[in-house]
Amino acid sequence: MIAVPGVDRRIYQHPILDFKWRGRKIKFYFEGKEVIGYEGESIAAALYANGIEIWSLSKKYNRPRGPFCMIGKCSSCFCTVDGRPNVRICIEPVKEGIHVQRQKGLPDIPTTWKTAEEEEILETDILIIGGGPAGLSAALKASEYDVNIILVDEHFKLGGQLKKQTHKFFGSKELFGGLRGFQIAEKLTEEIKKRKNIRVLTQTTAYGLFRGNWVGLASYNKLYRVKAKCIIVATGAHENYLAFPGNDLIGVMGAGGAQTLMNEYGILPGKNVVVVGSGNVGLIVSYQLLQAGANVKCIVEILPHIGGWFVHAAKVRRYGIPIYVKHTVKEAIGKERVEKVIITQVDEKFQPIPGTEKEIECDLLLLAVGLTPDIRFLAQAGCKMKWNSALGGFVALRTRYLETTVPGVFVAGDASKIEEATTAMIEGQIAALSAVIKIKGPIEKAVKEREELLKFLEEYRKSPVLRRTREGLKEVVIE
Amino acid sequence: MTDVPGWKKTGIITVEELKKFGLIPPEERLKKGPCVIVECPEEIPCNICVSACPVGAISKEKIYNIPKVDWEKCTGCGNCVLICPGLACFVVDLSHDDYALVTVPHEFLPPKVGEKVILLGRDGRKLGEGEVVRVIERNKTYAITVKVKPELAMEVRAVWKKMK
Ligand code: SF4
Ligand code: SF4
Repeated sequence: MIAVPGVDRRIYQHPILDFKWRGRKIKFYFEGKEVIGYEGESIAAALYANGIEIWSLSKKYNRPRGPFCMIGKCSSCFCTVDGRPNVRICIEPVKEGIHVQRQKGLPDIPTTWKTAEEEEILETDILIIGGGPAGLSAALKASEYDVNIILVDEHFKLGGQLKKQTHKFFGSKELFGGLRGFQIAEKLTEEIKKRKNIRVLTQTTAYGLFRGNWVGLASYNKLYRVKAKCIIVATGAHENYLAFPGNDLIGVMGAGGAQTLMNEYGILPGKNVVVVGSGNVGLIVSYQLLQAGANVKCIVEILPHIGGWFVHAAKVRRYGIPIYVKHTVKEAIGKERVEKVIITQVDEKFQPIPGTEKEIECDLLLLAVGLTPDIRFLAQAGCKMKWNSALGGFVALRTRYLETTVPGVFVAGDASKIEEATTAMIEGQIAALSAVIKIKGPIEKAVKEREELLKFLEEYRKSPVLRRTREGLKEVVIE
Repeated sequence: MTDVPGWKKTGIITVEELKKFGLIPPEERLKKGPCVIVECPEEIPCNICVSACPVGAISKEKIYNIPKVDWEKCTGCGNCVLICPGLACFVVDLSHDDYALVTVPHEFLPPKVGEKVILLGRDGRKLGEGEVVRVIERNKTYAITVKVKPELAMEVRAVWKKMK
């Protein structure tokens, strides 16, 4: 199955979003066939919109692979684009006339495609890796202190996962509370553009730290060597997987992947949906699916109670979405893609109770089963790590000022532990101030500002709903 | 975790439970005119409603406390309904004899004034139909005021547009 004639999954009417960013039509090719995308879409988004959802075949068993994370953190969308292999088409924009080819297992080594032609050597005060809530906030805060900043992100747009948040933020008014996530992304990005001391490099990967605080950056046709006095790692997180038969069928997607499709690109990820996990992500994505016009059949939760905040649960219950606690997904079934799932009740030990299975027809099964910090850069840099399940896995040890065990390397946001965007923005600012202080000495204003932010964060985390994070942090914050 | 309250298992809270949190105004107050009902019983880090209220009717000592409402101060203006990110604020008005007015937050395509909409309870159950009497909007959140039977005033918490 290549293109599906007559399929258009784009959303044209939405209560919150207007899709005005949708630019001119762009013609490109997938497996030799013409596909129409819109300027501003990723290749993956344009393909999915057209009903093309098999993007690669797995190495060993030739199993079809399609959308899962949609933010460049998994490997299910690797395609060859104009001869260039292993392109993550979910973070690659559509361009006129490009040829996109499915990868079947490992790709051939490129022969016609030229490697980097140019190299640039840069020096900067602060290098920030990741342009999501933490990275953007860090850049803006640091830029107030007359330092030079380089901000890199792998995506072609800044904003990270704020871009797909259509709900209004909690917290307090001073911290953008009340604004919707994508509006915060727009605000921060606009502001970044105005700052003369911030240089932004999109579609660029920071691939490693080298001796003497040199960092290697790579974009498609250019390499950079950057000597940075301080580095702030704000690389975010990736979505967790769940083991069950059929979990690799097309139509089994990360909850965040579905949010990217529907909220960032205005593409309906599915019509009949089962959501696994009732944390805030699972609850919010269910509500957003309703807003996008989908039918959410149920939310299943393995724990005996709802994982996320009551107000989010109440929102979906009012519109009749059932939440089955003490339930999990047993199997996803389908020929070409998911057609139905079997859910089952579990006992106190989370074991399936035989005879309680229920079969539910659906074309989308979303996994909202947590996130894992993206620590790859930190680990390579040699930061000491520690496992902490409350914080999402391995995380870097850090001081309360967010410096890791590698001097001059700071961490902020989900890369430092799984939490949420509001605290990521505060942490970004704290890390920025710490970097400024490291470079310029204890400037009174910076020290004061940092203490205030730390105090606010501490107060914020006193909320009983953040107890696990609060306790987890005690294990990883060092002197 | 044995002390998990029922509403944390279902996502549905009862009026009785809300009363225990001090979140239901006395009936005499509702009979005087529109008044807020904040259905936010969990200690989450949020105080948007506090800054949203023009008359300072909602307060929180710490950002994570459960909101406290001063029913006498509240004018029922609906600002908090529009601004609360948890869509947890509602306004109820029992000052009319044969009907009640309920204002609910709404983040779907809005109905028009005069339109009949489906009334939904906290559990998504259909509670009949009601007429829309007012629609206000802020940043794509609508506050929809519907006319309902007085006995449904504490039950209707969402509306849904009827299919054409
Ligand atoms: S704004 Fe809404 S969610 Fe936040 S504390 Fe107030 S009632 Fe609760
Ligand atoms: S209805 Fe108006 S006056 Fe009453 S609490 Fe809400 S914002 Fe304040």
